[in-house]
Amino acid sequence: MLEVLKRPVVVTTNINLNIVALTGVGLLSRLWHLSYPRAVVFDEVYYGQYISFYMNRVFFLDDSGPPFGHMLLALGGYLGGFDGNFLWNRIGAEYTSNVPVWALRLLPALAGALSVPMAYQIVVELRFSHCTAMGAALLLLIENALVTQSRLMLLESPLIFFNLLAVLSYLKFFNCQKHRPFSLPWWFWLMLTGVACACAVGIKYMGIFTYLLVLGVAAVHAWHLIGDQTLSNVLVLYHLLARAVALLVTPVTLYLLFFYIHLTLLCRSGPHDQIMSSAFQASLEGGLARITQGQPLEVAFGSQVTLRNIFGKPLPCWLHSHQNTYPIIYENGRGSSHQQQVTCYPFKDVNNWWVVKDPGRHQLVVSNPPRPVRHGDVVQLVHGMTTRFLNTHDVAAPLSSHAQEVSCYVDYNISVPAQNLWRLDIVNRQSDRDTWKTILSAVRFVHLNTSAVLKLSGAHLPDWGFRQLEVVGEKLSRGHHESMAWNVEEHRYGTSQEQRDRELELHAPTQVDVSRNLSFMARFSELQWRMLTLRGEDAEHKYSSTPLEWVTLDTSIAYWLHPRTSAQIHLVGNIVIWASASLATATYVLLFLWYLLRRRRDVHDLPEDVWLHWVLAGTLCTGGWALNYLPFFLMEKTLFLYHYLPALAFQLLLLPLVLQHVYDHLCRSRVQRHLFSTLVVAWYSVACHVSNKLRPLTYGDSSLTPGELLALRWRDSWDILIRKS
Amino acid sequence: MLCASGRLLAARTATSLPAPPRGRGPALRCPRRELHFPGNPDPPSWDCLAGRLTRASASPHRRVILRRGRMPPAVGRGLAGSELRLRRSRCGPRAAGRDVAIQAAARSPKRPAPGSWRFEVAGRRAMLALVTLLSFATRFHRLDQPRHICWDETHFGKMGSYYINRTFFFDVHPPLGKVSSVMLIGLAGYLSGYDGTFLFQKPGDKYEHHSYMGMRGFCAFLGSWLVPFAFLIVLDLSNSLPAALLTAALLTFDTGCLTLSQYILLDPILMFFIMAAMLSMVKYRSCANRPFSAPWWSWLSLTGISLACALGVKFVGLFIILQVGLNTIADLWHLFGDLSLSLVTVGKHLMARVLCLIILPLVLYMAIFAVHIMVLNKSGPGDGFFSSAFQARLSGNNLHNASIPEHLAYGSVITVKNLRMAIGYLHSHRHLYPEGIGARQQQVTTYLHKDYNNLWIIKKHNTNSADPLDPSFPVEFVRHGDIIRLEHKETSRNLHSHYHEAPLTRKHYQVTGYGTNGTGDSNDFWRIEVVNRKFGNRIKVLRSRIRLIHLVTGCVLGSSGKVLPKWGWEQLEVTCTPYLKQTLNSIWNVEDHINPKLPNISLDVLQPSFPEILLESHMVMIRGNNGLKPKDNDFTSKPWHWPINYQGLRFSGANDTDFRVYLLGNPVVWWLNLVSIALYLLLGSIIVVAMQRGAQLPTKVEGLTRVLLQGGGQVLLGWMLHYFPFFLMGRILYFHHYFPAMLFSSMLTGILWDTLLRLCAWGPASSSLARAVHAVGILSLLLGAAYSFYLFHPLAYGMVGPLAQDPRSPMAGLRWLESWEF
Repeated sequence: MLEVLKRPVVVTTNINLNIVALTGVGLLSRLWHLSYPRAVVFDEVYYGQYISFYMNRVFFLDDSGPPFGHMLLALGGYLGGFDGNFLWNRIGAEYTSNVPVWALRLLPALAGALSVPMAYQIVVELRFSHCTAMGAALLLLIENALVTQSRLMLLESPLIFFNLLAVLSYLKFFNCQKHRPFSLPWWFWLMLTGVACACAVGIKYMGIFTYLLVLGVAAVHAWHLIGDQTLSNVLVLYHLLARAVALLVTPVTLYLLFFYIHLTLLCRSGPHDQIMSSAFQASLEGGLARITQGQPLEVAFGSQVTLRNIFGKPLPCWLHSHQNTYPIIYENGRGSSHQQQVTCYPFKDVNNWWVVKDPGRHQLVVSNPPRPVRHGDVVQLVHGMTTRFLNTHDVAAPLSSHAQEVSCYVDYNISVPAQNLWRLDIVNRQSDRDTWKTILSAVRFVHLNTSAVLKLSGAHLPDWGFRQLEVVGEKLSRGHHESMAWNVEEHRYGTSQEQRDRELELHAPTQVDVSRNLSFMARFSELQWRMLTLRGEDAEHKYSSTPLEWVTLDTSIAYWLHPRTSAQIHLVGNIVIWASASLATATYVLLFLWYLLRRRRDVHDLPEDVWLHWVLAGTLCTGGWALNYLPFFLMEKTLFLYHYLPALAFQLLLLPLVLQHVYDHLCRSRVQRHLFSTLVVAWYSVACHVSNKLRPLTYGDSSLTPGELLALRWRDSWDILIRKS
Repeated sequence: MLCASGRLLAARTATSLPAPPRGRGPALRCPRRELHFPGNPDPPSWDCLAGRLTRASASPHRRVILRRGRMPPAVGRGLAGSELRLRRSRCGPRAAGRDVAIQAAARSPKRPAPGSWRFEVAGRRAMLALVTLLSFATRFHRLDQPRHICWDETHFGKMGSYYINRTFFFDVHPPLGKVSSVMLIGLAGYLSGYDGTFLFQKPGDKYEHHSYMGMRGFCAFLGSWLVPFAFLIVLDLSNSLPAALLTAALLTFDTGCLTLSQYILLDPILMFFIMAAMLSMVKYRSCANRPFSAPWWSWLSLTGISLACALGVKFVGLFIILQVGLNTIADLWHLFGDLSLSLVTVGKHLMARVLCLIILPLVLYMAIFAVHIMVLNKSGPGDGFFSSAFQARLSGNNLHNASIPEHLAYGSVITVKNLRMAIGYLHSHRHLYPEGIGARQQQVTTYLHKDYNNLWIIKKHNTNSADPLDPSFPVEFVRHGDIIRLEHKETSRNLHSHYHEAPLTRKHYQVTGYGTNGTGDSNDFWRIEVVNRKFGNRIKVLRSRIRLIHLVTGCVLGSSGKVLPKWGWEQLEVTCTPYLKQTLNSIWNVEDHINPKLPNISLDVLQPSFPEILLESHMVMIRGNNGLKPKDNDFTSKPWHWPINYQGLRFSGANDTDFRVYLLGNPVVWWLNLVSIALYLLLGSIIVVAMQRGAQLPTKVEGLTRVLLQGGGQVLLGWMLHYFPFFLMGRILYFHHYFPAMLFSSMLTGILWDTLLRLCAWGPASSSLARAVHAVGILSLLLGAAYSFYLFHPLAYGMVGPLAQDPRSPMAGLRWLESWEF
């Protein structure tokens, strides 16, 4: 105790002023006049509405990415005290005073600013010189596209931040590995790698590319570890387990956690409810929960139900019928049964009600006690308003002529007998004695005579069918499809045999809270599945571009234009940097191949450790660029220039590495080296100059004359806006 | 010399010591290095010595082999046997060629006599003959049943007829498959009188007097070769007769392969070439010890030829090309790293491969295409998919030797074709856009077929100059930059656009037909522009690439290429796009041109060169393939269904009175394959990790693991390449797409179980017990496959009677999955 007191308390710290300075200028460049312009800029209109949804805790579904990125933006809004009351309807709309613009844009800007010192550290960890590291950081600092993108409420800069963080922490971990495995920093950096990967994936699906890169590198290193025979088997096992926990288990857990928070936050029903299943909707406050609360759980003979199609494409809809009949002759000359139409209707309607009837009895009411309907029972479905029976027969359906027509039977006395018996088939049953449950059971109706299954064909009926969706009887033998499954959404026990009273019935014999029955995992898997399969309209956009145009910077995006002057924000890259970065990548690949082939012939141009660093650096930087760029060629969605920025960040890291390599190993004489350094300095000044030239478009703070704007239009394909006056 | 002596040393130690030296010594490296010297003559002394060795120890073991018959141990083949094989410049299995000494050392103490190789070869030949015979017998059995069109025969038969009639058509597959069936049809035509007149309308149509056996026989003939090919591949990779036999049995007794081989389909042809490519690749790689020898060259070029043919049948052939490519790169990398080879030699190797695997297939592929193009020189139903220039080649097409007015004039009747391939002609018809979709005016679409509704009259925007035949109006040419109106000839409505969103592409404007008898409003005015031309130039028919710009909104007429729903007759959407980016979708050319006042000039329409034709047909094929998209609400076969044999394809018949054929894999075989893949991955990763940990494997096990990793790895790669890409494909997929992968998976099963049984038997048991375990294991697998074939054969050969749900059906107990429907 006293020993401690005898010595003075000394804190020694090493402060790398480079990092401090870089952080400083990074913050300056990103945070300067952050709340200008006080208007909606480009995709803020898109992310902004989700922030509002978070603030109001209203459920939404966005297929563009997992919720972590949206939550991050919403966190800014929460810290700034945003109440969510802003109508995000058009680009350029002025923000009202209740919108904390600065706070909303702060987190992306911070992420962008911190990427600068991080680039420095990555290069240092790759064992290149501090000068090179400064170069990489400065490139990231002055790259106009990165500055523009990080100063707005957009997700690219957090994505780039976590991408770089993942790479950095993996490198730190890897460098710890040699000397101090299982030490505290070793664990810290290893776990941080996993966390950063999870965050990157959580912001955009694109993050998965960086995750794969890190996993790949980690796998190769782990493979070397397995081959290291100085380690005991147990130790190797520990190493592998630690990596598995940090790089596989942690990210998955975190990813689930994001969704957990997302679903916990968003507990109110909202505009996207319809896309989700009934069970999901019932778990949201308001919306369906209000209707279904207190309705009986088990469907019994005599129950009144609405039946919702589970697949719900192209539209979520309910089984429906109405007085109108199928036309006797269709437009193409085929005939129909002329019986009452059965359709699927995307709106709530009194004609969506059906009564489940026991074929053996006449009554349409629930007996006491109720006799629940079980899997395999034969039922009839009676349309509530017209008291006709759901029927199908060997007549071709109106549009899908290979399938059977489904109708509500009208007896014309023309030797077409009623075929209205359906066998209930609960798809998601636990046992064969399962009862039919409201909302939870997915059921198929198998026609007894023809073994056809009631199915939503997805086609819209023509005018005679009021553009409702076609319902057909499809042979089960063609395989099961979700469009054959239906679930009961609204349900009540029928007590009145008289049709007139039926619609007025109100009953609540058993209180069942359905929402508790849906676990988080069920909700998560449904939400995730819908997000992945939701096919948005592949909208063509004025500023959309193809991946090939990105490398050459043949495209740009106008983000915002001042309502009066020609001050504008324009996403456009520093063309000198882009060109040299692409050149550096090509140089790297060629040099790499050259060395590789030479080594194969036993010519070692580089010392072994230099070669290993060169390979590692190239794998991470070129690999990061390729993985973040090449997959876009396979994607069919609408693409924009900003999709290239994560790849660009990796390319910018590579550029100084290649320069240093050329300086160290390819410039032989002192003169060459001097010359090369001079060239690099000259090149960097040009890049700075270009950056400065484009600064008005990046920050949008000064209005240029049409002449100056025209002078900036270095490529014909840049759509710089010029106000006619 | 050194090498030879080194080898002898190894041989001696092997024969004298039961526990041989482990494989790191110079003796082991040496033969391998020697093998890479091209044309290094074997020393004669060694020859004699080897021969003596052979003879010396031949007699006592000969009988053993004879009695044991088919199952000599894989690795422990006679030493002299392998030596001799090298000597005789036969391309022995690679494992034998590489590490002879290890193999020699790895023999069990009671190894077969060195002289037994001849019997072994004889045994292998006999087995090969047996396997081939069995394969042919099963494939040709009841080939004539059913006597009606089954499933896709309707397509491919129809295309065969097109060839015979030399009518141009469009299909999503490259032409070789049909070319070769046509060659056969030509032959069969002479013999049995098929004349291309059968219509092949729909499945179930009776062939009646038309001769179809020629075509089916050809497919079955090619399909039958799959089994012997697989046999040889496995034999070469694993150097084990039991493994090869097992593979052959799995394939012979697989009902799916059998069914697929019996009908007029592309798949047997495709699989034939895939397997041929694989076989010749394996063979040429096992010739690696004698590069540039005659067999080496012939196998190498055969690989190239098979690749071209495989690609020529279906684009799935790309996967086998990928496999051969990867192998070749690995091969070259290996050679490049061999410092004993000079760079010149490596260069020769490289050039040989470039020649045989790139240039030769390319030339062949193009030759096939040229034949296709030359044979099909008559106009037919496929014309509209292709550009105007392309059509000019087809006799019977109105552009063939076209004689039309050269410059566009007011009053001309024209058709306007989109420059993007497979979009078609600007079209309109009397139907209106349905309610709720823009303005309720007449639809304007693009249409791929020639039709009167594609005709438009070009008019001045301000005067409704009536009759172009009226001689009082002078001829006035349309010039670049003019404001015009396009009147639909059949309905007299003007091409019109306005600020309503287009039906599918919401950000574009709707294009309609508007007005009555040619009188509309200012929204009917379009400015006609020729791409890259100056103002005032005349507009040439066919050659000028024009854009139509809507005067009021400033948008450009284009087609989005999206298919309209039923109300639009599934024609393609036409929109007016406000984005002025130049894409082919918004560029058009004038194709037909009728103007009686102008002289018809014989136009030598841009005759496309052969590369252009090649490119265009491929672009159209790719677009066609992409167009085969499944609809949301339909059940489609998913790739994950396939290996588990989830659901088959109904080839013929559905009801209990029909003759039913059902394409379904033999579930025993398929599920065995599935288990084998899992087992292989498990075993493989255990071995690989153990090796990486530096575990010292006993030599015999080492030999087995090499077979498992190299041979098994090769087929596993094949399986993956032929299976996983389907997960990325957006087009409609069918069960039969899995069959090439299934061939590879069966080969893997053969190799795996043979090796596994040897490994199991190796452990504790004495060698005779080990052999017994191995033999019993292999035999039970063979018998199991045969018995399951006996159970399931009605699927392939056809069945009549109650469906399997019915307990009275003979197949009642066999419906193991609910999704099977037979």
